[in-house]
Amino acid sequence: MLVKVFVTPRKGILDPQGRAVEQSLKSLGFAGVGAVRVGRYIVLELDAESVEQARETARRMCVQLLANPNIEDYSFEVEPREAGSR
Amino acid sequence: MKWGVVRFPGSLDDADALWALKHVMGQEARALWHKDEDLADVQCVVLPGGFSYGDYLRCGAIARFAPIMKSVVRFANDGGLVLGICNGFQILCEAHLLPGALTRNRSLSFICEWVSVRVENAATPFTCAARQGEVLRLPIKHGEGLYVAPADELGAMEERGQVLLRYTDAAGRQNGAANPNGSTRAIAGVANEAFNVFGLMPHPEHAVEAALGGEDGLKIFRSIIMSVEQASAGTLTDTSSSTSLV
Repeated sequence: MLVKVFVTPRKGILDPQGRAVEQSLKSLGFAGVGAVRVGRYIVLELDAESVEQARETARRMCVQLLANPNIEDYSFEVEPREAGSR
Repeated sequence: MKWGVVRFPGSLDDADALWALKHVMGQEARALWHKDEDLADVQCVVLPGGFSYGDYLRCGAIARFAPIMKSVVRFANDGGLVLGICNGFQILCEAHLLPGALTRNRSLSFICEWVSVRVENAATPFTCAARQGEVLRLPIKHGEGLYVAPADELGAMEERGQVLLRYTDAAGRQNGAANPNGSTRAIAGVANEAFNVFGLMPHPEHAVEAALGGEDGLKIFRSIIMSVEQASAGTLTDTSSSTSLV
């Protein structure tokens, strides 16, 4: 399976990077930009029996290491891959 | 008393902490290797500043899984004193020994300067050698020192007196300009609920000799020594009084 994990600063938590990027986009003339959050994208391969099992593993990975629930939100996508397609 | 300073790959200030403890304060201090699990007979564990494991993923996120951290967590849960400085503070938050987290400075810049911090609670093992409200001058040097915690948690922490240090100006007044990294409520250092674990972003070990620019950091180390001495004196007193009763 291919697991794609997205980690973003939790809403309500100050995100200085997001704010700086937002200012820069506005100064470039992009109108209507708001609420920019800068996060992290982690992609990994995972051997799993099923998509459900891979999702459960991914969730545990997020809680235990990939995201800090104090300050970050996470989401992930699982894509089935043919065996040997690596 | 006996101190252990943990050395992770990427630790920077372990040697300075050992210098401060051994050579400036005459303490018995040794380095503890991150791959070991044995804390020996230390009475206080110091997690030093630096960039453990390259600060990969998040500051302190990988160091938390070092073999020695299992022992540090057990030591802390048994009431042992743990002091986390800068990266050590970040590691303690990631290890859930302290509430909250440290994230990118409001300015997005790495800050290296002397700051003033006010002692908000002088009745703890880490601050008892200072006066309540005393302003300490200590250096900071970090890119990710903005303290955050959930709002309800912050309120409860304040009520319990867990905020031990707050950034202020030199006169001890709080204002926006005197909050170098934009920390929530200008928090510079927090303790756990049991007051045996303390993390702070400023570096007491870099303020222990006039030649370094200041000596206020000694008060943090002296507090720990005082509290350990008082605890052992208390034990001796108890023993003697029970003996006299017999």
